[in-house]
Amino acid sequence: MNLNRVKNKTISLDNLRTNFQEIEPDLTPKEAIEESNRCLYCYDAPCIKACPTSINIPSFIKKIASGNLKGSARVIMESNPVGASCARVCPTEELCEGACVLNNASLPIMIGNLQRHATNWAIKNNEQLFQAGEATGKSVAIIGGGPAGLSAARELARLGYEVTIFEAKDKAGGLDTYGIVSFRLPQEISLWEVEQVEKLGVKIQTNTKVGKDIKAEEIISNYDAVVLAIGMSKVPMLGIEGEEAEGVLDAIEFVEGTKTPPLDQEFIGKKVVVIGAGNTAIDAATCSVRLGAGDVKMIYRRTEKEMTAYEFEYEFAKQDGVEFRWLTQPKRIIQDEAGKVKALECIRMELGEPDDSGRRRPTPIPGSEFTMEVDAVIKAIGQTRYVHLIEEFGLEHNKGIVKIDAATHQTSNPKVYAAGDVIFGDGQGEAMVVTAAQQGKLTAHAIHKQFITNEATLESV
Amino acid sequence: MADLRVNFAGIQSPNPFWLASAPPTNSGYQVQRAFEAGWGGAVWKTLGEPILNVSSRFAGTHFNGQRVAGFNNIELITDRPLEENLKEIYETKKRFSNHAVIASLMVEPKQEKWHEIVKRVQDVGVDGFELNFGCPHGMAERGMGSASGQVPELVEKQTYWAKEAAKVPVIVKLTPNITDITATAYAAVQGGADAISMINTINSLAGVDLDSWNTIPHVAGKGAHGGYCGPAVKPIALNMVAECARHPEINVPISGIGGISTWKDAVEFMLMGAGSVQVCTAAMHHGFSIVEDMIDGLNNYLDSKGIAALDGLIGQSVEKYSDWGNLDLNYKIVARINNDVCINCNKCHIACEDTSHQCIDMLTSENGNAYLEVREEDCVGCNLCSIVCPVDGAIDMVEIPNGEPMTWNERQAAIKLPICNS
Ligand SMILES: Cc1cc2nc3c(=O)[nH]c(=O)nc-3n(C[C@H](O)[C@H](O)[C@H](O)COP(=O)(O)OP(=O)(O)OC[C@H]3O[C@@H](n4cnc5c(N)ncnc54)[C@H](O)[C@@H]3O)c2cc1C
Ligand SMILES: Cc1cc2nc3c(=O)[nH]c(=O)nc-3n(C[C@H](O)[C@H](O)[C@H](O)COP(=O)(O)O)c2cc1C
Ligand code: SF4
Repeated sequence: MNLNRVKNKTISLDNLRTNFQEIEPDLTPKEAIEESNRCLYCYDAPCIKACPTSINIPSFIKKIASGNLKGSARVIMESNPVGASCARVCPTEELCEGACVLNNASLPIMIGNLQRHATNWAIKNNEQLFQAGEATGKSVAIIGGGPAGLSAARELARLGYEVTIFEAKDKAGGLDTYGIVSFRLPQEISLWEVEQVEKLGVKIQTNTKVGKDIKAEEIISNYDAVVLAIGMSKVPMLGIEGEEAEGVLDAIEFVEGTKTPPLDQEFIGKKVVVIGAGNTAIDAATCSVRLGAGDVKMIYRRTEKEMTAYEFEYEFAKQDGVEFRWLTQPKRIIQDEAGKVKALECIRMELGEPDDSGRRRPTPIPGSEFTMEVDAVIKAIGQTRYVHLIEEFGLEHNKGIVKIDAATHQTSNPKVYAAGDVIFGDGQGEAMVVTAAQQGKLTAHAIHKQFITNEATLESV
Repeated sequence: MADLRVNFAGIQSPNPFWLASAPPTNSGYQVQRAFEAGWGGAVWKTLGEPILNVSSRFAGTHFNGQRVAGFNNIELITDRPLEENLKEIYETKKRFSNHAVIASLMVEPKQEKWHEIVKRVQDVGVDGFELNFGCPHGMAERGMGSASGQVPELVEKQTYWAKEAAKVPVIVKLTPNITDITATAYAAVQGGADAISMINTINSLAGVDLDSWNTIPHVAGKGAHGGYCGPAVKPIALNMVAECARHPEINVPISGIGGISTWKDAVEFMLMGAGSVQVCTAAMHHGFSIVEDMIDGLNNYLDSKGIAALDGLIGQSVEKYSDWGNLDLNYKIVARINNDVCINCNKCHIACEDTSHQCIDMLTSENGNAYLEVREEDCVGCNLCSIVCPVDGAIDMVEIPNGEPMTWNERQAAIKLPICNS
């Protein structure tokens, strides 16, 4: 997100929907031509290496400059099946744009925005960019239709596999469809990517929760290979008194509520506290502002320095009027007679010696308790894992992080592969849409390689 | 996916994009890399003698921050021995039998010299020859290159000599350093050329250094005119291709060269009659990989137009290119400013006010907003305002009805008619 390009910064209380429209305007045709011609078309370009999906960035930008927008969109989507979403949600200053050689000479190329420009063209012109491959006769089940699952499905379909995605929700797309705030990623973008995959003949069985509506064993025995791409689950419990009170919300569910109309009018003028200072916490806070909340605070037990949100997210939240309370830990949620949140008791912290993560460990300052009046408390302190389902599949895991062979993405059951947030942690990638997409792609290629090798062995017998 | 294959005067190539005879085609290593990148053909760096060159060879013309709007060079033909080149041509053709390998040749204007080189090169196996009658510097002083390319008789004779020995198609590459390119093109056809190509580079001096007062480039403090190419020369080259294409007695295929950087440039040359296109500067600026978008962009363009093969494109605009005397004097267009798109830079106003017909008014609306308006009755339809306008779609040039068509030629005929009768 390029904060300088965000033009309309006012919040409407009359029409909340306008607050959730994409805030950064598309590049105008003039901007797109000027910016694309500014790209140097470097050889062995660092931006390509900085993109987890290795999009050939100079190539797609050159195609914008030459007026070949279809070709441009194809280059993007070829490497990244959710390239339209990534154009909006990738932390580009940490990735491609951060690597641009022009950072030192002038200003980096707006790669994300150019990527959005090209994929928007494909969306508007309703272009089907890829075709299914010749049928191999092999079938693959994919559990979870988020970025990782869709990416694996797209590649497998292009390689000629018969693919079925099982998706618990009403629509596929995962967090792109339900989890990332609309004003950065409108739902229709993610749904276009889903449609691109469906048009390759991939079956998407929505409203089907594996483990409940269909057994794990059944899937394992009915398909030649299985990809587990279920992502992560709810926000964990804080483990403090009063957590069950009405008005204590899970940040991911809260954001999900803003992705599909109607928008909740209940927050207008209210006092909201968000617990946490990561990406999801920022999203919850800025969504609260857009729902009309009168006062939004984020509380975090460490300091500004240790927060995990990106710099631009922090800036954005500040511009939105979100207040930050550092070195503050929630202790107790106080309810009124009706069981509704009334206040939050907190305690001040100080930083001690570094812990395992290398960050200084926060410890409470005795006697520094204080209370804040609040109408809602939103928890954004990470995500739990679908341990139960992982165990139903009989897979080895470490606290819900599925173990894989890094080269093949195979789990402890060689027929079952895993990609995306379900393997995030233990030093395996970052929880980003773009890494999930890359892992899905690599998993598909690994499956294909496995089948080809098997066939070759069979033939040689 | 359209069929991009070309059969150019009998030379087959998988697509119409060839590298022009120049540094990019200096060696087998380079040409093979180019074919791997997707180029359909290559015209080898001109073979001939002697093997010598200068150091400090090129200069770029940078325009307002954009690099290489034009490109200037004072280098000569190949700086590598003929035997080496022949060996590499042979190896390249062996590895890439479907790609077009064309040898560019330049020798003294003597029959036996032409026979000798044609035979030697032909023996290693090439798909065609291109006779370099265009190089404007170095060789010209010795009666070769553009020196012979500027004299129609010499073009005809040398083409004839090359043809006497050649068993593969012969393309004659023309110099633009001449008043009427159709004169030498016609001479080439008379000499038996199977095809013509144009343009070679245009006489140029890239610049003068403000501190040392040396020419750019200079060789030990001295300069000499070079040859200009790159995006800046495209309109000149396009006109020359079009003039030859519409000439009733020049009926051989044309390979278009000069400032081609993108698939769009290539489409324009093909519409104006080019059966293949050649590229030098754009490849030198960005590397061989640019051909990928040339192919992809051309393919997508043809698909979007529902054209299955290049025949549907080549020459389609030639009949629209005519003489001034055939233009309708009654056709009228005027500028119209779209105020919702206009960003009020006022550049159109001052361009028209100072340098055209003073018909764009700067006005203020009732609610105090500045806006621009064209007085259509005074507008001559010169296009200047829309050319200087920085925003797409802010100024449209629209046609307005203005009586029956009448060309200059028709007008002259109408005036002359009574005189003849009297
Ligand atoms: C609020 C929030 C904001 C974020 N913002 C960004 C951002 O700006 N940029 C960025 O790069 N990343 C962001 N992320 C991270 C990113 O969304 C994830 O890393 C990415 O979506 C992971 O993809 P995935 O396919 O592994 O999982 P998910 O997107 O979580 O998809 C998993 C899918 O599996 C389905 N599923 C789960 N269980 C079952 C079951 N039992 N049966 C069937 N289906 C099942 C789910 O319904 C879901 O559709 C954000 C995450 C959150 C929570
Ligand atoms: C450095 C340089 C060397 C060239 N050498 C030759 C040559 O040896 N033979 C030839 O026929 N043309 C030569 N040319 C001309 C090119 O083949 C081509 O006609 C011209 O550059 C126009 O195309 P462009 O605008 O794509 O560069 C040379 C051009 C350059 C820039
Ligand atoms: S490009 Fe540079 S390094 Fe290469 S030959 Fe020319 S001057 Fe030398």
